[in-house]
Amino acid sequence: MNRTEVTKDGLTHVRPGREALTGAIEHAGPRRRRGAEQAMVPDAAFTSYYGKPVINKPVWEAPDIPGYLFLGGLAGGSALLAAGAELTGRRRLARRSKVAANAAAVLSTAALVHDLGRPERFLNMLRVMKPTSPMSMGSWVLAPFGGISTVAAVLDLLGRLPLVGKLATFTAAALGLPLASYTAALLADTAVPSWHEGYREMPFVFVASAAASAGGLGIAVAPLHESAPARRMAVAGGLAELALSKVMEKRMGLPGEAYSEGRAHRYMQAAEGLTAAGAVGAVVGRRSRVLSALSGLAVLAGSVCTRWGIFHAGLQSAEDPKYTVVPQRERLRLRGQRQPVRV
Amino acid sequence: MTVSPELLDVAFLETQTPAAASGYGEAPPRMGFFTDTSVCIGCKACEVACKEWNHVPEDGLVFTGMSYDNTGGLGADSWRHVAFVEQRKPLGFQESGVEHDGVGETTELRWLMASDVCKHCTHAACLDVCPTGSLFRTEFGTVVVQEDICNGCGYCIPACPYGVIDQRKGDGRAWKCTLCYDRISVGMEPACAKACPTDSIQFGELEELRRRADRRLEQLHAAGIADARLYGRDPDDGVGGDGAFFLLLDEPEVYGLPPDPVVTTRDLPSMYRHVAAAAAVLLAGAVASFVRRRP
Repeated sequence: MNRTEVTKDGLTHVRPGREALTGAIEHAGPRRRRGAEQAMVPDAAFTSYYGKPVINKPVWEAPDIPGYLFLGGLAGGSALLAAGAELTGRRRLARRSKVAANAAAVLSTAALVHDLGRPERFLNMLRVMKPTSPMSMGSWVLAPFGGISTVAAVLDLLGRLPLVGKLATFTAAALGLPLASYTAALLADTAVPSWHEGYREMPFVFVASAAASAGGLGIAVAPLHESAPARRMAVAGGLAELALSKVMEKRMGLPGEAYSEGRAHRYMQAAEGLTAAGAVGAVVGRRSRVLSALSGLAVLAGSVCTRWGIFHAGLQSAEDPKYTVVPQRERLRLRGQRQPVRV
Repeated sequence: MTVSPELLDVAFLETQTPAAASGYGEAPPRMGFFTDTSVCIGCKACEVACKEWNHVPEDGLVFTGMSYDNTGGLGADSWRHVAFVEQRKPLGFQESGVEHDGVGETTELRWLMASDVCKHCTHAACLDVCPTGSLFRTEFGTVVVQEDICNGCGYCIPACPYGVIDQRKGDGRAWKCTLCYDRISVGMEPACAKACPTDSIQFGELEELRRRADRRLEQLHAAGIADARLYGRDPDDGVGGDGAFFLLLDEPEVYGLPPDPVVTTRDLPSMYRHVAAAAAVLLAGAVASFVRRRP
């Protein structure tokens, strides 16, 4: 603790600075009494420190992190599609979905490692298992998924050990469920307003987007007579993705507005156009191999755009103090109506 | 590998000091900062002392052009940040002495200066979300990054509701105030508090600092400075109270602080429930895609 020993009055152990009464009444003289009480009234307009953001902006970058969100969904969705195709004897859809799931898992891991500040320490992700960290839980899902989806894909391509291959396929599908959905908690478990405030709806947006992308890729790569389930997944997933995104933006309140601004808005609009066109095309063109493939890829691209849009909406909401301050002020105001604030 | 399911048990944590809740059997009292901005003179000695002691590199020689503040805010290379706010209102009943000749009018003026720092939250989001265990709770109840473990994932950065921790460019790891873990471990006070010439930054046992802050608030209110308020002192706020708290003379957002910060992991159990529900919907959707009217 400080010991202020030299003062105007000589050597002491008192702390005049700490007790200073800058602007106190006794120094005021005949000055009119005003101001102090008025300053207690909060400003109607929101204030900030020179317009600077309150929270620090995520250092995560595109394409790594939105790409990771997309690829994680694609991997999980494709693993489910592969398991369903395996069960119903659609062998080409099964094989190609297994390869897609594995490729997406490998690429998403690469994206995640690439985004690290210290990529050479990526194994530290598996140093602990921490339920309070969605990234830790996600690492413990992604790591086994990567291994098991490799086994499933390689055994299918080689045509060896069919029982082991089946087991790997179904295990990958089981792990694909958390893989496709946990990324919503990953984003929402931050102080970024346009991510956190969507924590109730975002998991549903993400699984819909995962189904849409996996289904879309399934239509694109599988022969027509095997692609009916993929088509249903793409169309239902895509439409759900669009509708749920809208619900999420609306329910968020002010932070939802970041989705209608700048880059986020352009990506969300592109997602709407691509997904809607792809869904219509997938239904109308279901007897045409070419139209089906194009429609599938459009739905896939729509899923990409949704992830990019959500990613950028978060960044935008982190950059503008309005999104942090105004909802918190409102929260305080509502709480203040119930109990007096201690100032 | 450690699995700690009780970390999600908020009710359990509420009954404990941060150190005890983190598993310390015997821990020293919780230490912290009380930053009384009413006596801050904006000298930035805290910024300099922090940089020197902790060997924090240069944080960009930028000219902000907005005030005496060219630091801008807290980050990987700024662990103390002195905010300068110039306002056209009086400070209590102080005469500003700012007059314009011929106009016959006195312009109100007050300067608010405040030295910001990591809050060492009771419920620290950065610590909660760190996937490597690099961020940890010390025996003093403070929150510190272990730089030999941090892999630069960056999760702590958007998790912090105050915008404190950040990634160091060219290094890749996350850095922030350690409350001078090395100094306090041997009974010294942190560099910033040591250097503060007005005792605006006070270091000590948190309980004692809280009592001292309450007295100071009463003193200022009695002197007619009704703007004075404590920030981060309340153990019932959204982060369970700050280990480093403040006396402010205006709304928190005026200083760039969030008015009602909440630790994001408070909602994590609900997030996981929604994730689980969404996963179930995905499974149902996938099954439905295959069973519906097969050709």
